[in-house]
Amino acid sequence: MREALDMMGYVNAAYVVGVVSTLLLVGWSWLAMTRAEAKRDAVRGK
Amino acid sequence: MHGFANPARFLRLAHWLTPLLLVAGLVLALGALAYSYFAMPPDRLMGDSVKILPLHVATVWLGMGGWSMIAIASLAELVWRHPLSAIAARAAAVPGAVFTFLGLVTGSIWGRPTWGTWWVWDGRLTSFLVLLFLYFGYISLSGALAREGASSRIAAIFGLVGAINIPIINRSVVWWNSLHQPPSLTMGNSAIDPVYLYPLLFSTIGFSLLFGGVVLARMRTILADMQAEARLRRKAMQAAEGQVAEGLAGNA
Repeated sequence: MREALDMMGYVNAAYVVGVVSTLLLVGWSWLAMTRAEAKRDAVRGK
Repeated sequence: MHGFANPARFLRLAHWLTPLLLVAGLVLALGALAYSYFAMPPDRLMGDSVKILPLHVATVWLGMGGWSMIAIASLAELVWRHPLSAIAARAAAVPGAVFTFLGLVTGSIWGRPTWGTWWVWDGRLTSFLVLLFLYFGYISLSGALAREGASSRIAAIFGLVGAINIPIINRSVVWWNSLHQPPSLTMGNSAIDPVYLYPLLFSTIGFSLLFGGVVLARMRTILADMQAEARLRRKAMQAAEGQVAEGLAGNA
């Protein structure tokens, strides 16, 4: 008799890849923005 | 639209809109995903793999939405010479590529238990893979043009030409037979039960807000880099002019 396929393993994998990648994208964009704006303000002598 | 062509006005708006979109998007997207993971009942045919769909559909939507934004911004740049349009197109490319990649990966993970295969070379999957390669090309081209200080109009033409792939992706499941199901959502019609439809809609809205916040953050990054570079170049020119003036005064 065949065992039923455990779909939750696939669900977990998709959620980990999707959520972690999205959080990394948001964090990287925010950090790059704050660094670039701080550098611009430093150059302006603020 | 031209009201936001002024970078100073755009920056004033983006200053409060960026965190608002990111926080609202995170709350809505993570909330919809948490509901889907913990509370969504298994589907009669798909079983628990239906829980992947709110994530997969949102990322696919944004992969196509990202290139649509590039195409619209490219058109605005070529036709109306809108000063921020090239920056908007460049800013949409990286998040668009990330969501296209996530659409492919989550679709593949969903396909394995549902179709019995990770991948098929059908019209929908292949045209979506082509979209990812178009993003790579656009990111390389626009980055190289910006580094060389060349006109961004070549990238804008690439952005417009690449948009031909969007209707192909959209209609591929109608034009060609494939494992991929035909559209479940059309204008005013849905073949999806509300218990699955609402998490999908909220997830898509949440990820779209996140996408908007990331694009604004990237636009602010590109603008700040350009402003810092312009200021440094002006300072260097002033210093060089000062040295020349001192040299002339010394000779006299």
